[in-house]
Amino acid sequence: MNAKNLARLGVYSVLLVAAFFFLAPLYVMLATSFKDAEQIRSGNLLSLPTSMNLESWALAWSTACTGVDCRGLKPYFWNSMAMAVPAVLISTAWGAINGYVLSMWKFRGSDVLFGFILFGVFMPFQVVLLPMSQVLGYLGLSSSVAGLVLVHCLAGMAGTTLFFRNYYTAIPRELVNAARMDGAGFWRIFYRIVIPMSTPILMVTLIWQFTNIWNDFLFGVAFSGADSKPITVGLNNMANTTSSVKNYNVDMAAAIIAGLPTMLVYVLAGQYFVKGLTAGAVKG
Amino acid sequence: MAASLHIAGIRKVYGKGDKAVEVLKKIEIDVAPGEFLILVGPSGCGKSTLLNIIAGLEDPTEGELKIGGKNVIGVAPAQRDIAMVFQSYALYPTMSVADNIGFALEMRKVPPEVRKQRIDQVAEMLQIKHLLDRRPAQLSGGQRQRVAMGRALARDPQLFLFDEPLSNLDAKLRVEMRAEIKRLHHLSGITSVYVTHDQIEAMTLGSRIAVMKDGILQQIGTPDEIYRRPANTYVAGFIGSPTMNFIAGEAYFAGAEAAFRFEGGVLQLPCPQAGRITLGQRPEHIHLDAGAPWRGEVILVEPTGADTFVVVKTGVGLITVRTVPSAQVAVGDNVGMSVSGNHNNWFDSQSGLRVG
Repeated sequence: MNAKNLARLGVYSVLLVAAFFFLAPLYVMLATSFKDAEQIRSGNLLSLPTSMNLESWALAWSTACTGVDCRGLKPYFWNSMAMAVPAVLISTAWGAINGYVLSMWKFRGSDVLFGFILFGVFMPFQVVLLPMSQVLGYLGLSSSVAGLVLVHCLAGMAGTTLFFRNYYTAIPRELVNAARMDGAGFWRIFYRIVIPMSTPILMVTLIWQFTNIWNDFLFGVAFSGADSKPITVGLNNMANTTSSVKNYNVDMAAAIIAGLPTMLVYVLAGQYFVKGLTAGAVKG
Repeated sequence: MAASLHIAGIRKVYGKGDKAVEVLKKIEIDVAPGEFLILVGPSGCGKSTLLNIIAGLEDPTEGELKIGGKNVIGVAPAQRDIAMVFQSYALYPTMSVADNIGFALEMRKVPPEVRKQRIDQVAEMLQIKHLLDRRPAQLSGGQRQRVAMGRALARDPQLFLFDEPLSNLDAKLRVEMRAEIKRLHHLSGITSVYVTHDQIEAMTLGSRIAVMKDGILQQIGTPDEIYRRPANTYVAGFIGSPTMNFIAGEAYFAGAEAAFRFEGGVLQLPCPQAGRITLGQRPEHIHLDAGAPWRGEVILVEPTGADTFVVVKTGVGLITVRTVPSAQVAVGDNVGMSVSGNHNNWFDSQSGLRVG
């Protein structure tokens, strides 16, 4: 075996170890979710399920109990959807417009403004919990999905602005000048020239925002009411409900359901992300 | 339709107070309809700023700007009826070549049939018909340049602006596209302003050349005027390659014939005035002359094919002489030089301004 093969072997072993490290918990979750109560009690965490027991999935989705409420994860799942989809779209669009202005239509003080927006990226969100709940109260949005959408748009705007602003800075100014001379205005340049060039950063931002918002627990637990809890809070409450028997298979199925949308978004949008990168024709 | 361009008293100042930098100082240029004006100068001379002001991408601090007799200060770029070719071409990367050419027409609400007709016509003129469906990324540098020109031509504007359009091309393509631009200007007859730092482009393309330096218009004139009667030592040195020789000396009126004395030589030349003065001589007007009293040592021989340039070390510095390739001259030779014809450029030794 020569040195090159040896190096390759080294690389693959490291990758395999890493893959195992990340996939092992997923395996345990999946395997456990299909096991029946009896097999779980036998205690072997890594063994394959002997039965394909789908009951725990059905339970987790629609009938598992949180306290006295036995509707499963379903209502929380739809709460999360109703919160994440508008919040992701609005915060991404907002960031794109901010980035477009801050990179291509600079005005006096725009760099300073961008500096302030950057603070938002580094700000610990615990700091804003109290003032934010007060603001939501004033707006009449306390304990509602709409309130959560607003909070996530505000919290995400700094990050999305940073993404788009830095991406757009690399687009030559001459392109905007050419479009101006061709007769296109501010918005026309944005959606005819700039947005079509933004596929990669758009995908990055969408994935980033969806993952953040869907997985958020802090805002969910602080600002939601009884009918607007997102799935992260729902999952936590369900798993923490104490009953005589701990239904590990149901908890595992519920956790996978809660994590499924973010994985799905990555699988679907990840493709476009790579496609956008390779098709990028910004360079002259 | 060709329009005139009137630039009067244009100033541009960046910054305020102590940090203020004046990049354009009272520029006055009048361009007649159909003219091809070249703005030439070293980087930082303000030529691109002036072009951006004409385009409306920047506003002047003060001054007057008229296109086709109409004041355009404060008018948006799109409303000035101008087309511009940029150094980086600035083609829209996500649009096809046809859409790139037709974009301005689309913005002006030209109906699709007319637009298509116009795109085809322009593509025909530029021989890029087979490229219409491609994306800019799939084109070579020269093809992109053609598309950028097509985009400007499609509009049939009152005024063409070129911002160093050839500087990203290799030498051979540059010569080709230079000829192409000249041909297109001839065909369209549209008034053009062309910014470059390349003096060959300036000489070959321009019907008039404006030489700029430090925000000041040094001289404006036809290529012939600029080359033969440069207004000052800066213009004389900037235009022409190899550069003009400058010989600092003193003029005497000795009898009927005047004489120009300098370190290491005397030339019997008609001088415009007595006293300290600088003589400018282009390399083609100095000759190797075996018997001449003005002598020096050859330190470099540069054959270019058609001509050979010989650099001679003399008492007044290095002198470049153009000679024929067949000339028998080698490094280290002691050669004599003489000056022929009436191609003498005299400059004030203090101010550098042309005398006589």
